[in-house]
Amino acid sequence: MRQQLLAGVISVLLLGLAIGVWHLATLPKSGAATVDSEYAKLVGAQAAAGSKSAFPTPVDLGRKLLDHLREPFYDRGPNDKGIGVQLAYSIARVLLGFGLAALVAIPVGFLIGMSPLLYRALDPFIQVLKPISPLAWMPLALFTLKDSNVSAVFVIFVCSIWPMLINTVFGVASVRRDWLNVARTLEVSPVRKALAVILPAAAPTIMTGMRISIGIAWLVIVAAEMLVGGTGIGYFVWNEWNNLSIANILSGILAIGLIGMALDLLFSRLQKAVTYAE
Amino acid sequence: MSLYRCACGRHGSQFEHDIEERAVEEALLRATVRRDFLSLIGRSAALAALASVFPLGAAKEAFAQAGKPEKTKLKVGFIPITCATPIIMAQPMGFYAKHGLDVEVVKTAGWAVIRDKTLNKEYDAAHMLSPMPLAITLGAGATAVPYTMPAVENINGQAITLAVKHKDKRDPKSWKGFKFAVPFDYSMHNYLLRYYVAEHGLDPDRDIQIRAVPPPEMVANLRADNIDGFLAPDPVNQRAVYDGVGFIHVLSKEIWDGHPCCAFAASREFVTTMPNTYRALLKAIIDATAYARKVENRKEIAAAIAPPNYLNQPVTVVEQVLTGTFADGLGNVRKVPDRIDFDPFPWHSFAVWILTQMKRWGQIKGDVDYQKLAREVYLATDAAKMMAEAGLKPPTSTYKSFTIMGRAFDPMKPKEYVDSFAIKRA
Repeated sequence: MRQQLLAGVISVLLLGLAIGVWHLATLPKSGAATVDSEYAKLVGAQAAAGSKSAFPTPVDLGRKLLDHLREPFYDRGPNDKGIGVQLAYSIARVLLGFGLAALVAIPVGFLIGMSPLLYRALDPFIQVLKPISPLAWMPLALFTLKDSNVSAVFVIFVCSIWPMLINTVFGVASVRRDWLNVARTLEVSPVRKALAVILPAAAPTIMTGMRISIGIAWLVIVAAEMLVGGTGIGYFVWNEWNNLSIANILSGILAIGLIGMALDLLFSRLQKAVTYAE
Repeated sequence: MSLYRCACGRHGSQFEHDIEERAVEEALLRATVRRDFLSLIGRSAALAALASVFPLGAAKEAFAQAGKPEKTKLKVGFIPITCATPIIMAQPMGFYAKHGLDVEVVKTAGWAVIRDKTLNKEYDAAHMLSPMPLAITLGAGATAVPYTMPAVENINGQAITLAVKHKDKRDPKSWKGFKFAVPFDYSMHNYLLRYYVAEHGLDPDRDIQIRAVPPPEMVANLRADNIDGFLAPDPVNQRAVYDGVGFIHVLSKEIWDGHPCCAFAASREFVTTMPNTYRALLKAIIDATAYARKVENRKEIAAAIAPPNYLNQPVTVVEQVLTGTFADGLGNVRKVPDRIDFDPFPWHSFAVWILTQMKRWGQIKGDVDYQKLAREVYLATDAAKMMAEAGLKPPTSTYKSFTIMGRAFDPMKPKEYVDSFAIKRA
């Protein structure tokens, strides 16, 4: 308990230190204006003082965050929506792609895990497809699926399928022989064996795969949305990059981190729920 | 060099003539024939039957005022740059609504994406670079799909911007080894930059590097020292100045005054299957272009298109681009009122010039029928008619000669023009 408290104090101190350093690093330099006033009106404050526009201060970011929190769900046309709306789009895409991947990966993983022959036959394909960056599929997806939304979901599908598939195979293949032998002596039907013996035994490993997958999916959706644009938190970051608004980009990054943490927490809870002691 | 090449003599090409014919037939069929009857006997039979009792030819002749749009809810893609001004402003300023259309203008990440989304039919029409409809029709860098360009958006309005550290390297001869960005391979920016450095004796493929970077990402790349400069659309150039990252070396107007840049483009399929929608959309855009052409409206337009929903830029940056009173990044305030201008007429000579540059740099191989392609893709007739209605003066011919950096271009002699360059890949 004491240690937990201490850890919390250290966390807060570290955060304070980081913000302090940031604050000092971004203090405005008092450079005299090197240009006449007519010119100065036409350019940004830093450019008028003869330097490049500066990184925002912690206060700038705080103000932007307040703006976003005050009105997270506004909708002012197709290209200007609140950060909450953008996050909702991204989460929906991730859950859809991830859900479809789970529907495919877990049954297929079961089949492969239970049959050593299938495992050997499919292994080369899995090994070649697994390391391909999901974004490399994007141009192909746009070309063949002919819909940018479907393409983004497809990319999430592709990136989340491999960890789940491989972990399911591994979990199913390494169920203890004794338990399978018991099931055989009791003459349990294959379906019942799969559901009542193998599934609970492999569940922790499968859940680990799902946790890895959702993490990767959340990483990839940001990049995918930056590519196709339209909606989503990735588009939000891209749109603010276009406007060189670093404070807004930082707000987006913060939101991405928080949602990523929430998703991971959710799956770690699920993982705990299916873990058993032998 | 006549504009009139179709059967009736009122259209730039047989294709444009056919669009109009079809629109009249469609309207007539819908007005007179019941749908089940039509499907029973077929379209052509119904038309033949109608023609015996109805003066179809006369109706086609009388077709001046467009009918009701077949589809009123449309999606039009755009890239957040000032070249798209008429396409964008037509939404907040109500030009689409005035012509009975409910248009959603959708911001898009880059030219390859806008091309794919338009080919996918996610967009009904789009803001494109004027070489793109030609490239798509030819299948250069895309699957070949017959494309059309009913109107040019803007003329001039681009610039070469260099990083501030190159302040003293104003002579292009000192640019060896520079890395430049252009928005797309099939862009006026690419061709103008290549033309510009080649006229100064540099080979754009060997002495410098040119890479395609979407306009919104250019300033960030210039700031990060990834590139030495770019030939880019505005507000990118002005934004680089605003952020103290770059300076404007030369306006594109100073390379070729009156060059085309961006365009309003749609697939030939859209134009033929929805002729009334196409006309209403084109009319809205040409009206907006006519409005944007007037210098006194430019401030109002800047305020309308700068917010996050459209360009997402500080108003002053957009205003400097549109009014032509701008900071150049070197401490001077310059006044160039026609820094960007708006003229919708799709000159066939523009298309021919663009094709000569595609040929020059090896983007297309083999023989090119320059005039035929120009006629089929750049739809001049409708633009001319609607320009007159909007109070602009359309030209009487679709070809004109021009001079770029002292070199004359004759649109009737494209092959000789390509051959005349010392630096080329063809």
